[in-house]
Amino acid sequence: MKRYDLIIVGAGPSGLSAAIEAAKRGLEVVVFDENEKPGGQLFKQIHKFFGSKEHRAKTRGFVIGKQLLDEAAAAGVIVVLNATVIGLYQDKEVVVKIKDNIRHYKADAVVIATGAAENMVTFKGWTLPGVIGAGAAQTLMNLHGVLPGKKVLMLGSGNVGLVVSFQLLQCGCEVVALVDAAPRVGGYGVHAAKVARTGVPFYLSHTIVEAEGDEWVTGVTIAQIDDKFNFIEGTEKHFDVDTICLAVGLSPMSQLLKMAGAKMEDNPKKGGQVPVCDEYGRTSIPGVFVAGDVSGIEEASSAMIEGRMAGVVAAEYLGFIDTESMDTELKEMEKALDGLRQGMFAPKNRGKSIDKTEEGIDISVNLLKRGFVADDEIERYPGVTHKKGVHPVIECTQNIPCNPCQDACPKKCISIGSNITSLPIVVKDSECINCGMCVASCSGQAIFLVDEDCGDGTATVTLPYEFLPLPKEGEKGIALGRDGNEVCKAEVVSVKSAKAFDKTNLLTMRVPKEYAMKARFFKVSK
Amino acid sequence: MNSVNDRSRDIGPFVPAPDDDMLICRCEEITKGEIRQAVHDGMWTITEIRRYLRAGMGLCQGQTCSRLVKGIVARELGVSPAEIEPATSRVPMRPIQMRVFANEAKED
Repeated sequence: MKRYDLIIVGAGPSGLSAAIEAAKRGLEVVVFDENEKPGGQLFKQIHKFFGSKEHRAKTRGFVIGKQLLDEAAAAGVIVVLNATVIGLYQDKEVVVKIKDNIRHYKADAVVIATGAAENMVTFKGWTLPGVIGAGAAQTLMNLHGVLPGKKVLMLGSGNVGLVVSFQLLQCGCEVVALVDAAPRVGGYGVHAAKVARTGVPFYLSHTIVEAEGDEWVTGVTIAQIDDKFNFIEGTEKHFDVDTICLAVGLSPMSQLLKMAGAKMEDNPKKGGQVPVCDEYGRTSIPGVFVAGDVSGIEEASSAMIEGRMAGVVAAEYLGFIDTESMDTELKEMEKALDGLRQGMFAPKNRGKSIDKTEEGIDISVNLLKRGFVADDEIERYPGVTHKKGVHPVIECTQNIPCNPCQDACPKKCISIGSNITSLPIVVKDSECINCGMCVASCSGQAIFLVDEDCGDGTATVTLPYEFLPLPKEGEKGIALGRDGNEVCKAEVVSVKSAKAFDKTNLLTMRVPKEYAMKARFFKVSK
Repeated sequence: MNSVNDRSRDIGPFVPAPDDDMLICRCEEITKGEIRQAVHDGMWTITEIRRYLRAGMGLCQGQTCSRLVKGIVARELGVSPAEIEPATSRVPMRPIQMRVFANEAKED
């Protein structure tokens, strides 16, 4: 039986991170993954990640995936694909199905990083073809280049529902509505805002009554629900759709751990059945560690740090590093992880309704109920200021752990400070040179460059634009407001695409000056 | 003893519901009504439900429905889903052909 120092199950962000850290410390590491491609969900993530530099912020998910694979290869990690781990025994025997064979491996330590599976909800017609998970939609679009459908309704306003809605729009699908049974948008406001301003209506406190169709989905009816989840009669709305996407949460795939005899708990805050483990991923079985979503649903950035922790802890467990150096390294990683777990969306704040920012500013009610900050709410945030000439308008209104914008500006116009969740402010008397780096660096696409008065009755608004085909200079169209409604006519002044912008194009449009603070999206006239 | 294991507890009669014909376990085509009825037949744990109905025993091995089944059973018993013991996990974790399962690779 082939032996390894460390066997890792799952080549996603946490598994690869664990492998890299362990291999760098001299362990012989193999990673098994049942998929034909490594990276877990990372290669489906085409958006820029949040966080700070140490969390690889403003890098797109699939690029992070490539970086991890390169680092793993350089560290000597063996990644075996199409390798389904079908069994894990208490003595760390790992049974793997590879091609038509069953193979047995023995490890001195095991890291389980199997991730999570999508949840489903039931409604009449939920088994019709065309009802799919949001993750499945992402797989179709971003891994296989297949359009999931033409007209889509999204159920779920968490970050997955919001991000996938935006990707569907990028693919040219029409997203007819974003629906959530919860009374408030679950994901980041900036993710919601970039969907809302393209014209997608949000229906909070609504859910699906029925998916219609004989052989496949041809339509859907939603209705409002009361606080006991009962439909309110007379609130039904019908949409013609061919696809219904469900983004209603994830459940940890923890069966291998249960099978191996690890102590388990059912923890709704972590998404379901999870192994009982300490903060570094040590389970109740010595030498069996966990990292990533399998130990509690979070997101890729924290999964990577958890993975690194598990890799270091495994190295210490096997004596490749001493306890003291492990503690030093863990402390650093803990700091990085703690940074990600701050702000109003932090795990500790789950289920709490937060009405004020850390700065004491009222959270936009419209953002939570309808997906956008209303015109009369936007002025109260510190990133929204006015002055002569081009200047940044930062529509970042919730405390989330993210700060690439403050490093992006070569003129230091934007400041967040040492507290990573603080709302960005425009530095007083700073000089904006209209370079656009802040617009491109904002993972939430929440920064605009505005010249409120060009002197001829017009204003210019530069916005992040990630749709194809790119509008051309001089093209005429419609400016949409934050709520996605038509505001005024607009003309494209320029479209800039620089390598440093990393595929976020900067579209500058000219609008009548009274709409400078209202126009936030450009729609091509048909 | 938690309330899930206390079989002497009265959970009331089976009351038919309009959505009883809704498919829950797609692989084995088990409806919500069948699962609810099974609870009233005395199947109070997921393991019992699986053996009695085969819900969650098909191709996806409960990946899609196990959470749904758990919710239905919990509701019928009037307990939180977290109190319901999940199904036993055992080898093989994923559906596998017997031909492959029995095909041990030779030592490299």
